[in-house]
Amino acid sequence: MTLDSRRAALALHRFGFGPMLGSTSGSIAAIASDPQAALLAELEAPKAGQIVNPNLPTSGAENRTLFEFQYARQAQMALERRRREAAQTAAAENPGTGNAMAMEEKPAEAAQPAQPDQMLPPRKIFLDEAGARIRAAANANIGFVERLVWFWSNHFCVSADDTYMAGAYEREAIRPHVLGHFVDMLQAAEGHPAMLEYLNNDQSIGPNSDEGIIRNRGLNENLAREILELHTLGVRTVYTQADVTTFAKVITGWTILRTRDDPDHGGEFVFNPRMHEPGEQTLIGKTYPSGGVQQGRRVLADLARHPATARHIATKLARHFIADEPPPALIDRLTFRFFESEGDLKEVAKALVTAPEAWAAERAKIKRPSEWLVATRRAIGRPGNIPPMVGQQAQLGEPLWRPPAPNGFSDDTAAWLPGLKLRLQAANAFALVVAGDFEPRELLDVTLGPLATEETRLAMARAESKVQALTLLVMAPEFQRR
Amino acid sequence: MRSSIQAATFHAATRRELLLGSGVLFAWAFVPRLARAEGRDPRFLTIVLRGGLDGLAAVAPVGDPDWVSLRGNNALTLEGQKPGLPLDGFFALNPAMPNVHRLYQEGHATIVHAVATPYRERSHFDGQDMLESGLPKPGAVDSGWLNRALAELEPSRDAIASGRKGFAVGPITPLVVRGAAPVLSWTPPRLQPVSDETTLRVLDLYRHTDPAFAQGLEEGLGAAGIAKAGGISDKRPDQPVIPGGGIEQVRAYFAEAAGAAAKFLAAPEGPRVGALAFDGWDTHVQEGAVTGRLADLLGALDGAIAAIKTNMGEAWNETVVTLVTEFGRTARINGNAGTDHGTATVALLAGGALKGGRVIADWPGVKEADLYEKRDLKATTDLRAVLKGLLRDHLRVDERALTADIFPGSDVIAPMGGLLA
Repeated sequence: MTLDSRRAALALHRFGFGPMLGSTSGSIAAIASDPQAALLAELEAPKAGQIVNPNLPTSGAENRTLFEFQYARQAQMALERRRREAAQTAAAENPGTGNAMAMEEKPAEAAQPAQPDQMLPPRKIFLDEAGARIRAAANANIGFVERLVWFWSNHFCVSADDTYMAGAYEREAIRPHVLGHFVDMLQAAEGHPAMLEYLNNDQSIGPNSDEGIIRNRGLNENLAREILELHTLGVRTVYTQADVTTFAKVITGWTILRTRDDPDHGGEFVFNPRMHEPGEQTLIGKTYPSGGVQQGRRVLADLARHPATARHIATKLARHFIADEPPPALIDRLTFRFFESEGDLKEVAKALVTAPEAWAAERAKIKRPSEWLVATRRAIGRPGNIPPMVGQQAQLGEPLWRPPAPNGFSDDTAAWLPGLKLRLQAANAFALVVAGDFEPRELLDVTLGPLATEETRLAMARAESKVQALTLLVMAPEFQRR
Repeated sequence: MRSSIQAATFHAATRRELLLGSGVLFAWAFVPRLARAEGRDPRFLTIVLRGGLDGLAAVAPVGDPDWVSLRGNNALTLEGQKPGLPLDGFFALNPAMPNVHRLYQEGHATIVHAVATPYRERSHFDGQDMLESGLPKPGAVDSGWLNRALAELEPSRDAIASGRKGFAVGPITPLVVRGAAPVLSWTPPRLQPVSDETTLRVLDLYRHTDPAFAQGLEEGLGAAGIAKAGGISDKRPDQPVIPGGGIEQVRAYFAEAAGAAAKFLAAPEGPRVGALAFDGWDTHVQEGAVTGRLADLLGALDGAIAAIKTNMGEAWNETVVTLVTEFGRTARINGNAGTDHGTATVALLAGGALKGGRVIADWPGVKEADLYEKRDLKATTDLRAVLKGLLRDHLRVDERALTADIFPGSDVIAPMGGLLA
């Protein structure tokens, strides 16, 4: 058995979240006998990509909790406004006593400030979901499947600025299909309330539907356009503006049940036939007979198996994992595998890690801030505190589940280079807290091993303190590039 | 009323406010009992200067006939635009340290020169290990001399420790304060900024290994204009871009951390022994002893000592502050107008409890033949003698314990007497 430490280190950095100190399965040594087999084995692990945590509610339940929280707050504010008005009226009618009387009526709890240790539901839900995600990455063996989850979550991104369900969405729409079929992930994502809310399809009404006629309202093309442009075929491919409009009609009625209307199922997906544009529709050269929700499902199924989609996905995967300008041979290989396997994402993942191009490419990509932060914690073998990590991720320009636009966070190396100064501050802050506990040389061997350049070794050996040495380690190009 | 508000803030700085965990000042809830029995209430603050302070740049032997030929244009002298501050006719203090000079003249500062730990290699980490552990060898140790001294001070430490179960030792404390005695810590609101030195080294690493990273970082630092004006490609690595504005942050941080430490130690219910560390002394390139980086850092340190004196108030008269570093630097200037890792250096003592106004040195000379391995200032005083003397005479640590437990293997190193007034 020959050991290939260099490929093992490459596998951990390129396809995972970096080596983990003290791990018997996520270290360079642990996978050095066959790094590729270790990656493939991660794809076969039971429940790979799933988060098993009974404490995390469904997106619908989260939505209802938050709706009730907001509603109660609105009621509270309305009550206070009414009291103020009553007090003012009383004061005007009966000068001198009105204020005092109004004060007495005020219930005691209204006067008490919120408990500082009680987290408000929106923050609590967000941090619970963030914690589940970050811990899954920090504790993974290599982290290949989690990297795939992050990739797909960014591909089908939603924003927590527009929906409360961003975290649950990832668990419900992305994770179950990360090693399944693309078409199932596509159906789950586009039909998820978080996506419908984020890209406004919950408001889109067929002009000739009952609702459209009665309320004189109409289409919102946002989701339809992004499905074609970003999620499936790719921009400037085989579709036209007319196809976008037609597709928007097809998916009218894909909306969210309002909690106001249904306290038990509010926040869940519903197909509302009264909002749905009636009739058959023709797009990208094919006619889809009327059929309610099935009309849209059929379009999505066809989009999933379109060759343009295969090439689009293959290119994005190769760009994310391998190079900003991926080798054409690799794109061809992944496109073919995607097409031939009918979008079996496990097969595509296997094709990626068994492609010679995937190992030959220079490590020219830069880890995004989220990946880098997790890698720094793995390097010292501690998963880290979730709220500060979430805060740092935002400071470094990649706020969790808050992409700047529906095309997600950039996969372009150049986009992240100006952030190196901020990373240096984060690295220094990190090193100040933990450096005392570690031997920098040991961490260097554990986390970079054969990837470390002489320059980095020398710079660390000459560092004036452990803080400086650890800062140099996590700032080193070998640590940040993959 | 304003003064009473200030007083309230001041008195609030008790040991109860110290937190566990990550921190800058580290202190103990223990009090030096024997000293208290004598009617004293001594304060003892140790400041570790990580990176290796150039003792010859901080305190120059201007009376040594070989001095100027050793360092040439980089030698601090009593002449020039920034002349050294005369101490005793033979030594001069770096002009960046007027506050320390004033304290020296008032008898509240002492300089020990040509001093070193027993460490004779030149690795920062091992050197810091020995400086902080107090042991004669680097390597696996889990406690520092200051913590062991504290344990000696307080015979009933088990009772105190058990009464403060919440105060487990934080995992990130520096070695000098680690050990059995529970450590408290406090972090200033201002996080220690990335030092210029660290920034430069990261940038230097990028320039040698990853030009795109170098450019990204330079642009982030706002130094791109400078780099481009000079042409990045023909820029010599020994003349790096120094990011502007950093020293102001460092000054503020040093003063804030040291000043806060003093407030804690001065408070009636506060701790009496503490430690903190300042990084950034590893001046391999463009040392700038008289005007430049090291002068800036020494100035920041001077400000920190001034802040300690101010915030100690009356307690200053019972205070000793010791500033120590893992080793000195090469006697000569290297090829990058800097200095490399060396051996002997200075230890700077400040505080109203000292019999100061003296430079204590068994001066070895700086002729080549007098240098250690023909390159470093030779150590003629063992730093442990100084520390043992202070612990014995200021805190009343038992002399046998000093050799048996606190600085084991230092039998032949007698405590230096007469340091205190």
